[in-house]
Amino acid sequence: MANFSTNEFKPGLKVMFEGDPCSILENEFVKPGKGQAFNRVRLRNLRSGRVWERTFKSGESLEGADVVDRTMQYLYNDGEFWYFMEPDTFEQHQADAKAVGDAYLWLKDQDNCEVTLYNGSPLAVAPANFVELEIVETDPGLKGDTAQGGTKPAKLSTGAVVKVPLFVTTGEVVRVDTRTGEYQNRVSK
Amino acid sequence: MTDWRPGAGQDALQARAALLAAIRAFFAGRGVLEVETPLLCSRGITDPAIEPLLVSGGLSVGAGTRYLQTSPEYAMKRLLASGSGSIYQICKAFRDGEAGSRHNPEFTLLEWYRPGMDQHQLMAEVAALVCTCLGERPWQALSYRDLFRESIGVDPFADSLASLQQRVHETVDVGALNGDRDLWLDLLLTHAVEPWLARQGLCFVYDYPPSQAALARLVERDGHAVGERFELYVDGIELANGYHELGDAAEQRARFEDDNRRREARGLLQRPLDEALLAALAAGLPDCSGVALGVDRLLLLATGETDIRHLLAFSWERS
Repeated sequence: MANFSTNEFKPGLKVMFEGDPCSILENEFVKPGKGQAFNRVRLRNLRSGRVWERTFKSGESLEGADVVDRTMQYLYNDGEFWYFMEPDTFEQHQADAKAVGDAYLWLKDQDNCEVTLYNGSPLAVAPANFVELEIVETDPGLKGDTAQGGTKPAKLSTGAVVKVPLFVTTGEVVRVDTRTGEYQNRVSK
Repeated sequence: MTDWRPGAGQDALQARAALLAAIRAFFAGRGVLEVETPLLCSRGITDPAIEPLLVSGGLSVGAGTRYLQTSPEYAMKRLLASGSGSIYQICKAFRDGEAGSRHNPEFTLLEWYRPGMDQHQLMAEVAALVCTCLGERPWQALSYRDLFRESIGVDPFADSLASLQQRVHETVDVGALNGDRDLWLDLLLTHAVEPWLARQGLCFVYDYPPSQAALARLVERDGHAVGERFELYVDGIELANGYHELGDAAEQRARFEDDNRRREARGLLQRPLDEALLAALAAGLPDCSGVALGVDRLLLLATGETDIRHLLAFSWERS
């Protein structure tokens, strides 16, 4: 990979920092008028998710990281790995639990999601912002209760538990915002 | 599609025009003469912290190189030495590699010189100009040493290099950084002192370490040599830099040569000295103080904007 100098740093650039692939979040140029120039850089470690701030002397450089985001179709889980397919080439990738993280709670067969590849292997998985999943377990609904504000827990087909309104019943499909884990609405089948 | 539109709104264009008019009225009222000097200069500067942009090619330039000015200082000093009296200039200046929310490689500079004034008299005039542009407000002045002592409890003249380095490492992750004492002082200034300055309103800092004096006179204070240089910070934004100007040609030549040695040590190209400036100093520069003020940053403060790219009709990316 090419090296990138501080003056090429911009949000979204993927670089190697202390052995891990990182994404640059912010790059602020600081320089006293008659003094030396620095770049205050905020980076997210793509392996750990940790955000870190480092000040570089302007002109220093970091090696680029071979990191790409791809939209892929989720196929299945074999108990150890999760499998994803690139829609154009049909190439399949297996991701381990570390790469998938909490995203497994929102993965439904054949849904599209964002897979981050590092040196060709999955490093992280991000589900779609909204997913539609079936309720497999919740307390019986209260008939006619469509306006009251109460909620109850409901277990979805993936194992995720979300709060739903009291009138929603087992077997129904609901739409959930995966970024907040919040119920949005019922989906008619 | 090519984004042809300006980055600044109509109100920003009007605010800039009003600011330039206010500056010109201020100097007209004080009998300071507006002058122009060349943007394309045959000599660059030796300052190790500033890189010029070069122009080569074209019939007029021939086989040589011209430097886009990093400030009009040398040419204005040649005017002063020839008897111009008090002068000011509003011009474009260029510095390579400087781009960000408070920097643009091409920027507008206001620079002026006042024969007969020392640095404290000129600070008072800078404060008067800034209050004319931003509205009346109180101002204060602290020596560089007192600034570090009051804001972060560090003595920039007496503390050991090791203790300065330790203080930096407690403040910010800089990795395995190497550099001279000024590098560590600059890190403390930008990462620890400037946040404190952000709460001080209009604050002058004066009497810098001799290694940061550039073109200022040296004097002794409390047993330490200092450069009679000042900086103005407004709400933590560095706005202006001034000197009680060095008039000694031999001393100036020695500093330029020292700059070139520092450039060499940092792996930078050495620059030929500006012999015309040195000859003007030898002929006699009147005792004077001078200051350069960033007009784009003054506009930033006047409008309450946070990014100068919103105040430039066409910033570097759009030009």
